[in-house]
Amino acid sequence: MNSDRRYPDAVSGPFETPPLEFADREDRSIEITPYDGSEDEFDALVEMYTAFDPSDRAQGIPPGKEARVRSWLEGILADDCLNVIAWDGRTAAGHSTLVPDGDDDFELAIFVLQAYQQAGIGTHLIESLLGYGDEHGITKVWLTVERWNHPAVSLYEKVGFETTGAESFELEMAIRIAAETSDRDSD
Amino acid sequence: MKVLLGFGGSQASVDALERTVDRAVAAGDELTVALAETEGATHDELAEQVEKTVAEADLSVELREIAGEPASELVAMAESEEFDELVLGGNTTSPMGKITINSTAEFVLLNSHVTVTLVR
Repeated sequence: MNSDRRYPDAVSGPFETPPLEFADREDRSIEITPYDGSEDEFDALVEMYTAFDPSDRAQGIPPGKEARVRSWLEGILADDCLNVIAWDGRTAAGHSTLVPDGDDDFELAIFVLQAYQQAGIGTHLIESLLGYGDEHGITKVWLTVERWNHPAVSLYEKVGFETTGAESFELEMAIRIAAETSDRDSD
Repeated sequence: MKVLLGFGGSQASVDALERTVDRAVAAGDELTVALAETEGATHDELAEQVEKTVAEADLSVELREIAGEPASELVAMAESEEFDELVLGGNTTSPMGKITINSTAEFVLLNSHVTVTLVR
């Protein structure tokens, strides 16, 4: 996307880091861990996304069919991406991902399965992903969100995202999670 | 059917052109391609790109050049010349796979009184 994206000057965080465990508002014990690269976890995410309510899709993702879900997941679960998963036992209840955009910045997305929404899982999921990102040297993260998706916009604002572009159908929001460091590998 | 396609040379507009040409051949549509210098390519380069795609399909296409604000020019052309459909390849995909609609497509969708097809 555009490399001249605007970011807040203020650094947000520090955020909690995975792994972590908490009781959600329904008193379910939820564990958040980084994606371990295994086929089991991949398949658990496929199961989560094929069960996803189509009305909760945003801007075309998650895709609707299992084959498309698989190829989309292959892209965002690649080695250069960062992923955390919220588990209720062996069920993937939520997933959040950071995907490099080729400009040193990362695009974020978060999905929580319908039965697990409004239980506080999204907040832990996004915060632990940002903490995990910070641990991996990521400084700038952005996302787009449909402007009518108020629950998502409030979640993003709560953790420190600011609206940086509002002239399109979607809002663009960005967050700075670490100061730029001069000794970082440049390319 | 009289079809007007907006073409700026992006991959999305190339995909839209290919789809529209296939459809025009199958349905006997009359196709006009409006060339807009939105992606840095000149009118001549765009014309060459379109002619190459069309040559393979054996379809005669009218080429028009638009200047100024491409979105409003397209809408005005579609309405004043009584086209039946306006076609655009108007979206891009973010690294995440999210579809975002560019400003030209957004303007056309909101303002055109002619039916708009957004090719994905």
